[in-house]
Amino acid sequence: MHPVLTTVVQRLGLGILTLFVVSFIIFASIELLPGDFGQAVLGQAATEETVAAFRKELGLDQPAYIRYFEWVGNVLQGDLGTSFSGRAASGVDRSRPVLELVAPRLENTLFLAGMTAAIAVPLALFLGITTALYRNSIYDRSVNAATLTTISFPEFFVAYILILFLASLNPIFPSLANIDATTEFWDRIYRTALPALTLTLVIVAHMMRMTRAAIINLLASPYIQMARLTGASQREVILKHALPNAWAPIATVIAFNLAYLVVGVVVVEVVFVYPGIGQLMVDSVTSRDIPVVQACALIFAITYILLNLIADVIGIITNPRLLHPK
Amino acid sequence: MSQDTLLEIKGLKIQGFSDERWHDIVKGVDVTLKRGQVMGLIGESGAGKSTLGLAAMGFTQPGCKITGGQILFDGVDLAQLSETEKRSYWGNRITYVAQSAAASFNPAHRLIDQTTASTLRFGKKSQAEAMDDARALYGELNLPNPDTIGDRYPHQVSGGQLQRVMTAMAMSPRPDLIIFDEPTTALDVTTQVEVLTAMRKIVEHFNTAAIYITHDLAVVAQMADFIKVLRYGEEVEEAETRKMLTAPEQDYTKSLWSVRALAKEPMPEQEPILKIKNIDAAYGKVKVLHNVDISVPRGSTVAVVGESGSGKSTTARVITGLLPPSAGDIEYEGQPLPPKLQDRSKDQKRRIQMIYQMADTAMNPRQTVREIIGRPLEFYLGLRGQAAEKRILELLEMIELDGRFIDRLPGELSGGQKQRICIARALAAEPDFIICDEVTSALDQIVQEGILRLLMRLQKELNLTYLFITHDISTVRAISDQVVVMNLGRVVEQGTKNDVFSPPHPEYTELLLSSVPEMDPDWLTNLNAARA
Repeated sequence: MHPVLTTVVQRLGLGILTLFVVSFIIFASIELLPGDFGQAVLGQAATEETVAAFRKELGLDQPAYIRYFEWVGNVLQGDLGTSFSGRAASGVDRSRPVLELVAPRLENTLFLAGMTAAIAVPLALFLGITTALYRNSIYDRSVNAATLTTISFPEFFVAYILILFLASLNPIFPSLANIDATTEFWDRIYRTALPALTLTLVIVAHMMRMTRAAIINLLASPYIQMARLTGASQREVILKHALPNAWAPIATVIAFNLAYLVVGVVVVEVVFVYPGIGQLMVDSVTSRDIPVVQACALIFAITYILLNLIADVIGIITNPRLLHPK
Repeated sequence: MSQDTLLEIKGLKIQGFSDERWHDIVKGVDVTLKRGQVMGLIGESGAGKSTLGLAAMGFTQPGCKITGGQILFDGVDLAQLSETEKRSYWGNRITYVAQSAAASFNPAHRLIDQTTASTLRFGKKSQAEAMDDARALYGELNLPNPDTIGDRYPHQVSGGQLQRVMTAMAMSPRPDLIIFDEPTTALDVTTQVEVLTAMRKIVEHFNTAAIYITHDLAVVAQMADFIKVLRYGEEVEEAETRKMLTAPEQDYTKSLWSVRALAKEPMPEQEPILKIKNIDAAYGKVKVLHNVDISVPRGSTVAVVGESGSGKSTTARVITGLLPPSAGDIEYEGQPLPPKLQDRSKDQKRRIQMIYQMADTAMNPRQTVREIIGRPLEFYLGLRGQAAEKRILELLEMIELDGRFIDRLPGELSGGQKQRICIARALAAEPDFIICDEVTSALDQIVQEGILRLLMRLQKELNLTYLFITHDISTVRAISDQVVVMNLGRVVEQGTKNDVFSPPHPEYTELLLSSVPEMDPDWLTNLNAARA
C-alpha cells in the first residue's frame, strides 16, 4: 500500500478513536450541567412523583454509563435520538427526532461556511502571497494593517458596521439573513452576503498572515539563494520555490479557520438571525435538550477531526520526502 | 583588457552589517581570470573568500553591499547593473555550485527539472534537448543510472551524487564561468575523490573558467591553474599552483602550507582503562554497530576514524550510556559498566566525559562561562560559592584563557574559545576518560592546531585517556597512539598508529588513506591512473 494511503488510514483510525474520547467528554460534561431537565420543564410546582415519572419516560432514571452506551450505540446506527422538547407534561407527544432538527440547521451552517470559505481562502492566499512578494512595501504594510484591524474588532461590531453601511445607509444587502428550505440558491447567496462578509473579515487576517510568514520563513533557505543565483525572478522564487514547500503550515491554518466557521459563529448567527447550528445548540443548552446538545457537540468534533485530517493529508502530499520515500 | 580576459575585478570593496555597524569584509581585491582558467581561492573562515566568490557574479548576501571597485565580466561592470540586468547573467553565463547540495536543492522538485531550469528559462534549448543534455552530463559526471537519476527528488540520492547533479546543473546552460563554493567540504574523503574527478573532467571538457573556493589546499591544488590566498579580506599572495605549493613567499601562506607540525611521542604499553566487547547496537530496527571490539589503554589517545555512517559516533553513545547496546559488554578498569546511563553511579558518570563537535550547540547560549563550568563542579564535586569560583579560574587557566572570560556568554566567544570552554567543562568533572567527538572539525587549521596542542598538554599533565573520533586522517597522524578504522558499523582494523599507517592495509583502510588529498597537483591524476 502506498505510504500516503497508510498514513491516511492511520489518521482516520486515530480520528475515530478521538471521536470516542470526545463523545465520552461530551456526555460527562452534560452530566455535570447543573439542574435537571425534568425539573426545568415541569417547573418548581411539580410534585416529586411527576418529575420522577417524567424522568423515567425519558430514560433519565437509568445509571449514567448505561445511558452513555445506549447513546453511543444508537449514534453508531445513525440514530441521534429524540429531542426532549415538545414532550411537555400535556400528554401529547410532539417531540421530533434530533436528526430532523439538526439537519436543516447544519445545512445552513455549511452553506454559510462554504460561501465564506469560497471568498476568504482565495483572498487570504492571494494577499499572503502578494505581501510576501512585495515584503515591506506600502502595499504589504497596508494589507497587514487592514487585516489586523478587522480581526481586532469583535464579530458583532464588524457585523453592525456592515449592516450600517451596506444595509441601512446603502441598502444593497438585507440586514436579516432569514432563509429556509424553500429559499432559492441565488437568493440564499444574496441574503447570506453580509454574514459571509463579516466572517471573511474575521478570518482572513489569520490565514493571510500565516501564508505570508510561511513563505518568508523559507526565503532564508539555501535553496532560495540558489534559485536566485540561477536567475529566477522574485515572482518565480516565491511561486515556484517557496510556496510548494509552504503548503503544510498554510493548510493547517486554513483547516483551523474553516472549523471555526462551522463551530464558532453563533454570535454572527444571532446578529443576522441566521438559522444555523450554533443558535440551535445554544437554545438547546438553555432548555436542557440533552440529545440535541450531544448531537451538535458530536458534529463539531467531527468537523474538527475531518478538517485537520485533510490538512495533514495536504501536508503529506506536498512533501516529496513523504510522498516519494527513498 | 586583453581579448581572452573573462573576468577582471578591480579594487573590490564589500561591507557587511553586523553588531549595529558596517564592517569591511573584502578590502580592495583584484582578480584577473582568463577564459578556461581555474582560479583557486583559499583562506580561513572570515577571510572573505565566499563573499568574493559571490561578488564575481555581482551577487551580495543580504546585509552586504559593494562599496567600491569594479567587477568587469566580459567588459560589463556587474556592480553597476540593476538586479534584473544581473539576473540575465546568473544561471546563464555565470553559474554557482554551493557547499551543501543537500540544502541547496529545492526539496519539492525533481532533480532534472532543477538541472534544466535555467537553461529553459533563458530559452537556450528546447525542453527535450535540455533533458537529453542533462542526462548526458549526468553520465559524464559518472552518476549511476544517468538516464533515470534525474527523475528522483533531492532526498532520494546521496550527498556526493547531489553535489555532482549540482555540477551538471551549473554546466547545463554552458556558462563561461562557474563559481565552486567549497563544493566538497561536506563530503567524505572517498566521495570527495569522485566528485573532484568529475568536476575537473567536465570543466576541462567544456573549457569553462572557474573560481574554486576552499580552505583545503590539497583539494585546490588538484583543480586550480593558479591560487590566490586571502586573509582578513585582503590578498596575501597569488601564484601559479606549482609555484605556490613549492615556493610560497609569505609567512602566512607558509603557515598554511606546513603540514601540521604536531607529533606525539610513542608511549609505553599500558593496561586498558576501557574495553568494549562484541558490541551490537541499533537505532530502532536499524542495526548500526556489528560486533565492535575496542580496547583503550590508560593515558593514551585512541583515534576512531571512518566516514559518515561508519558508526564512530554511535560507539561514543554506547560508551557514554546514551544508547544501551543490544549485545556485548563494556568494562571500565576491569569492572563491568552498566549499559544504561540511569543505572550508572554518579562516580561512574563523572569519570567519562564528552566533548562535542559543535561547541556552539553544546552550550546553553544564555548561561555564562561561570554557570557552564560551575554546573559539573557542583553536581559531581559539590563545589559552590568561593570554592567553585576558585576552581573555575584554575580551569580557565588550564585551557589558556584568562579570568575575564568568567562572565562571558557563549555568543561573545570565538569558535576556538568556545571549544576551550567545552574542554574546561569536561575537565571540571575530573574525569579519567574523555570522548572527543570531531572536536576540531568545525575549526580553522590554525585554531585546530591550538586545540590539539592543548588536549595533548592536558593529557600529559592529568594522565587523561582520549577516545578521539574524527574523519580527518592528518589529525589522526598528529595526535594518536592507537587507531581504530571503522566502516559500516564494523571495526576494520585496530592497532598502533605505525601499524595502521604502514602497508599492507586491509582494502578499506587502503581506500581511505589513498583518498586523502596530498599537496601535489598531480595527486588526483596519479590516483585515478593507479585505481583504473
